[in-house]
Amino acid sequence: MRWMWIDRVTELTPRKRMVAIKNVTLSEEHLHAHFPATETEAAVPVMPASLMIEGMAQTAGVLVGHAEGFKEKVVLAKVSDATIDADVGPGMTIRYTAEITQIDEQGAATRGTIEVLDHANAETGYQPVGTVDLMFSHLDHNRSGLEFPEHNFVFGDSFKTLLRTSGIEIPG
Amino acid sequence: MTHDEIFAKVRDVLVDALAVDEDEVTPEATLTSDLGAESIDFLDIVFKLEQTFGFKIEQGELFPDNVTQDPELVQNGRVTAAGMTRLKERLPHADFSKLESNPEVTKVGQIFTVGALVNFVERKLGQ
Repeated sequence: MRWMWIDRVTELTPRKRMVAIKNVTLSEEHLHAHFPATETEAAVPVMPASLMIEGMAQTAGVLVGHAEGFKEKVVLAKVSDATIDADVGPGMTIRYTAEITQIDEQGAATRGTIEVLDHANAETGYQPVGTVDLMFSHLDHNRSGLEFPEHNFVFGDSFKTLLRTSGIEIPG
Repeated sequence: MTHDEIFAKVRDVLVDALAVDEDEVTPEATLTSDLGAESIDFLDIVFKLEQTFGFKIEQGELFPDNVTQDPELVQNGRVTAAGMTRLKERLPHADFSKLESNPEVTKVGQIFTVGALVNFVERKLGQ
């Protein structure tokens, strides 16, 4: 489970929308390097924006993969737009909401919003962090003469475990 | 919708999809060489044109599939005469003027100019 940046799927409307959460913890190695203390400044552990984009890519990617029963090899092809306006620190929960805006045989476009729940101020509810719009390619329809393995190497055991522990049936 | 209105909407699509400036989007500009489009951008442009104009574009209708892998269209790195005829039939909206003078397969992208996209939309809306 080394490269899983979402913990649980909380909502799935097939071919339309998926919501997933990630709990950020101080035991995550990257928080200690982002940003470490200096001689003059105390450490500032915040979730890297790039990993929040990855979290959205996993959320939206599973939604797109689920749409075709995980038969397509769905790969992130383009970050069309990404805006992250707020920091997320340890002990907070990130919520990713991805929606498919268009999908066809060749790929899909998704729109996404990122929010955060600060459990120390839970009464304020989820607050906006940013937006991430993505494009995915269905690899077998965009081979450019290349050959890929038959088995679906994109959606491996980690994703299957995520779906199963979230109570979502895996098609096929 | 007038030609100028269609051009303006196509320009907005390209500014959004390719992160280029409005003044770079001229009718003669090629999507790949001049505006920096890469493979996934073509799908992005198809999606955005569908949303903007409210029609469905079938796979291969606007941009051809796998031209470079088709031995009937390409031999020895050049588009054959028969291949040129077939491409023109399949893609009547495209601009073949540059490719005809130098039919190297690496130059196929030159048939997709901004003007060719406008032409495609005009034909599609006229159907």
